[in-house]
Formats: sequence, C-alpha cells, structure tokens
Amino acid sequence: MNKIYLDHVSYVYSRGTPYEQVALDDVSVGIREGCITGIIGHTGSGKSTMMQMLNGLIKPDSGKVLIDGYDINSTVSDVYDAWSERAEYAMLSPRKRKKKMQQEIRERKAKLCFRVGLVMQYPEYQLFEETVYADIAFGPRNMGLDEAEIRARVLEAAAFCDVGEELLQKSPFDLSGGQKRRVALAGVIAMRPEVLVLDEPAAGLDPLGRNYIFNGIRAYQRKTGSTVLIVSHSMEDMARYSDDVIVLSGAHILRQGTREEVFAHVEELAETGLDVPQITHLMQLLRERGIDAPKNVYTVAEAATALKKLFLTGGDA
Amino acid sequence: MKGISFGQYYPANSIIHKMDPRFKILVATAFIVATFLCKSAVSFAALLGIGLALIFISQIPFKTIVRSIAPLLFIIAFTVVINIFFGTGEQLLVEFWKIRIYAEGLWRALFMFLRIFVLIVATSIFLTYTTTPMDLTDALESLMAPLKLIHVPVHVFAMMMSITLRFIPTLTEETEKIMNAQKARGADFVSGSLIKRVKALIPILIPLFSSAINRATQLADAMECRCYHGGEGRTRLNVMKWHASDVIYMLISIAICIGLVLLNQIQLGYVMN
Repeated sequence: MNKIYLDHVSYVYSRGTPYEQVALDDVSVGIREGCITGIIGHTGSGKSTMMQMLNGLIKPDSGKVLIDGYDINSTVSDVYDAWSERAEYAMLSPRKRKKKMQQEIRERKAKLCFRVGLVMQYPEYQLFEETVYADIAFGPRNMGLDEAEIRARVLEAAAFCDVGEELLQKSPFDLSGGQKRRVALAGVIAMRPEVLVLDEPAAGLDPLGRNYIFNGIRAYQRKTGSTVLIVSHSMEDMARYSDDVIVLSGAHILRQGTREEVFAHVEELAETGLDVPQITHLMQLLRERGIDAPKNVYTVAEAATALKKLFLTGGDA
Repeated sequence: MKGISFGQYYPANSIIHKMDPRFKILVATAFIVATFLCKSAVSFAALLGIGLALIFISQIPFKTIVRSIAPLLFIIAFTVVINIFFGTGEQLLVEFWKIRIYAEGLWRALFMFLRIFVLIVATSIFLTYTTTPMDLTDALESLMAPLKLIHVPVHVFAMMMSITLRFIPTLTEETEKIMNAQKARGADFVSGSLIKRVKALIPILIPLFSSAINRATQLADAMECRCYHGGEGRTRLNVMKWHASDVIYMLISIAICIGLVLLNQIQLGYVMN
C-alpha cells in the first residue's frame, strides 16, 4: 500500500533565467506505508526538493503529490467531481459547494505540516525557545492542543529521542551539537506525524550521535507504524535502517525497490559514484578471491553471522 | 529563491562584462556628468542612441532592464507631470481653466524623461548588471587608494563591504531555511493581528541572529588562522590590470562624452537653458 505517491512530478529552479536548474524531471515513485524508505543521491540530484514537496513547502511545476490518494496541491476544480458525490456536499448548491470545498482544501493544507513532519538538514538551527521543553512544545502548541496533551507529547518525544528530563528546563543554546539535533528531532516527532521526513538527519554527528538519532527514528516508527523517509549519503545507515531504497541521479529515479533489490546492483551504483555499504563491498572482494561469501549482506552483524556459518561448515577459506 | 545571486548581476559574455571594473566605475561617473550637460534636442537624441546601443552591446535582455526601471517609475512620472503642467514658456499649446501647457514644458518633460532613463540604463549596465559585487568592491578599493594618504582606512571599508555583500545571499538562504523549518512545525507568518505577526517573527529572528553571530566569529577565526592582519602588504589573487583594450574603450568613452557636450552647439529644435 502506497502512503505517498509522486505522479510525474517535475520541478525547475529559476525557470527562464541563466540560473535555471532542473531539480526533478518527470519523477514517478511510490512510498510504502509503515516502512522506512531511504533516499540516496548526490548533491543536486533532487533529493531535498522531493522532501520539501511532501509537505507542500514546494509546489511541483507539473505532476501530483498524492498522500493517501489525495493530491496535496488540489484546487476546487480538481476535486469538484469526486467530492460532489459525498453526502455533505451532495445537497448544497454549486456555489455553496465550491465555497465549502475551498474551505476544506484550506484546512487540509493547514493540517498537512502536522501530518507530514519534516526535519530539515541541520535542524538544530531551528531552536529558538528559552527552554528545551518550550521548543519541543512549539509544534504541538501550533496544533492548538491543550496543555496536558502538549506535556504528554513533549515527554513522549523526548523519550524517543533520548533527551533526558534534566535537559528539558535548560536553554537549547547550552546543549552540545548532538543534543541539539535530538531536541530538534523531538520537536517534530512531538507533532506525531503519520509521515516523518528527514533530510540527512545524522550529518556531522559522531557514530554515537548517529546511533541515538537513528534508534530514536526507528523506535518512533515501530511504535506508531508511521511512514518514514530518510535522505542520506551514508550507505551504511541506509543498509542498517531502511526497508526500501530509492536512488536518485540527475533529477531522475535511477533505481527503486527493497534494499536487497537496490544493493544487488553494485556496479550501477558505483557508476553514479555512490557506494554500496563497505561490508557488502568486502563480501564482494572475498568472493573475487574464491570465498563463497553471501551477496546480500549489508551490516557488520549480518556479515559476522554469515562468515561464522561459513567457517563452521568448513568453507575453503 | 534558490540559485538567484545577490544583486542584479546578469552573467553573459559581452565586451562590457570583460571591461576593467575600475574603468566601468569611472565611465559610469563620466556618463552621469555628460547626461546632465546635455541641453539640445540633438544631444538628447544621441544620448538615447548611446543608451540603446549599451543595452545591445551588454547582451542583457531589454525586459530585464525595464524591470530595473520599474521601481523608479513614480519619480519619472512625477518629473514628467510637473514639467508638463507647471513649466512655462512662450509657445502656448493648450489652455483650459487654470492649466496652461506650453511646448517648452513638453520638451523639458521629454528631456527629463530621457535623462533619467539613460542615467538608470547606463549605471545599471556598467555597474550592477555586468559587474559582480565583489569586482565592484575591489575596484572601489583600488580607486580610493589615494585616500590612504590622509589616513582613511580604505582597505578596512572595502573588506567590510565585501564581507557584507558576501553574506547577503548566505543569510537570505538561511532565513529561508529557518522559515521553512518553522513552517514545518506549523508556524504561521501571514495571518492574525499585527502583534501576532510580529511575535511570529521571533522563531525566525533568534536562530538567525544566533547563527549570524556564530558565522562572524568563525569567519574572524578563519581569517586570523590565515594570518590576516589588514591590508598592509597584502597581495591579491586577481590583480586588476589595464589592458590595451581598456585604454581604447577609455578613449572612445571620453570622445563620446565630449561629443555629447559639443552636440549642444547644434541649435536644432528646443534647447534647454
């Protein structure tokens, strides 16, 4: 089941000027509900543009962005025929119907940013409140929730992202880089989005910081069954955490599918200058030297198990 | 917004783009003076011709130029109206109620319009469209060098200016990024009362200031690490040199400016005094 579907989406920056740049060219892709999908690609391959389309920050030049089958950039004339059949609209006069539809479209648009939580690159720059608690509460407060609900959500989000309770009353500007990143992530998770979109969530963090971030994302995904999209350069992270992988290259989709399907095309990925995970590459090197190492290994843990098995069954090593 | 560089620099490969930026500043200044020295219909016709020729040579689309004039349209319209309705002269054309329109007033309005039009076209072609802000700053520093003799810290001013210019696009991008991030958390910048909207700016301004201050500190550190100690004895990567072509352009420009003034002698049509 596709939670999100991009239908022939194109986008060009600064059209008609010497700075014109095609970001996405007729891209069609579905994203499965309840999965973690990794998006890989070079700088300028259109990843970030795609991310920002999902909650309406960028409107595609052509094509549709469908979430649960609804085009988030719909106008009244787009939905008129379909919605007219619904009971609440059927009995209204065309003029009133259009007015009410306009209102519903506006409401849907306003709610979109709470349904699709977007964590930008280096999100720690968005922190501004006096305390960490108030900053995480910014999103829920904008949703118009009551204090008790806000409190519950802030504490829940803080727990997901490993933001300790002793930090909640501190100023966000006094935290370390990794802590700030987790607070910013919690600020989005606190809105409990159905779709969580993250642009390079672990960029510039140390391995421990990366683990905190990715484990937090996975814990949230597991608990709520939401759909998660992660943009990343790191094949290791993608291999470890994602179910599906989409490879973007030069405004087009190069490959999409489960991570096994995508990483099976080692040569093709290498051609675009992207790497398969190092451990997968190591397995390939072993195979080249005549060791029967398995192909579909993406994490060190998997590799250890596979090699141990090989060793015990007496593979000719 | 992304991909748009600061200012109106329009990348192309014209003769004007390649000229020495110092020369462009000088010739723009000379041209401004010449524009004000024009008095006769013949010289104004020549002025218009030169303006159009400049647009053609610079390879900048006419539409782009018109866009730069748009903000000044009010001033132009104001000048024209004042000259038409309040100018006096000898040749009365129309008279009704208290309004008298003279032929001289019409001429003057036309000349004023041409003057402002060519002024904007020439300065924007020489300075903003064909010269990057960085080149412009370097050129200003070079031209103001004599002021060092009276202890004006020319280099410091130029450095301040180029750093400022350098960070405008960065800060614009940053503002946009922060705005998007806050919008993604449901911040609303467009609706509500004035007070509410001013308050809505806090989530943008605080992160923006904080990062601007961080950037400034980092830049200062980076400059010190590379032994920056002011302009004394500092050499440049791109040294500006006068080429033979620049000398030729200079002579042509001087000739044009003198020619414009001399054209005033041909007393054909209306002559402003």
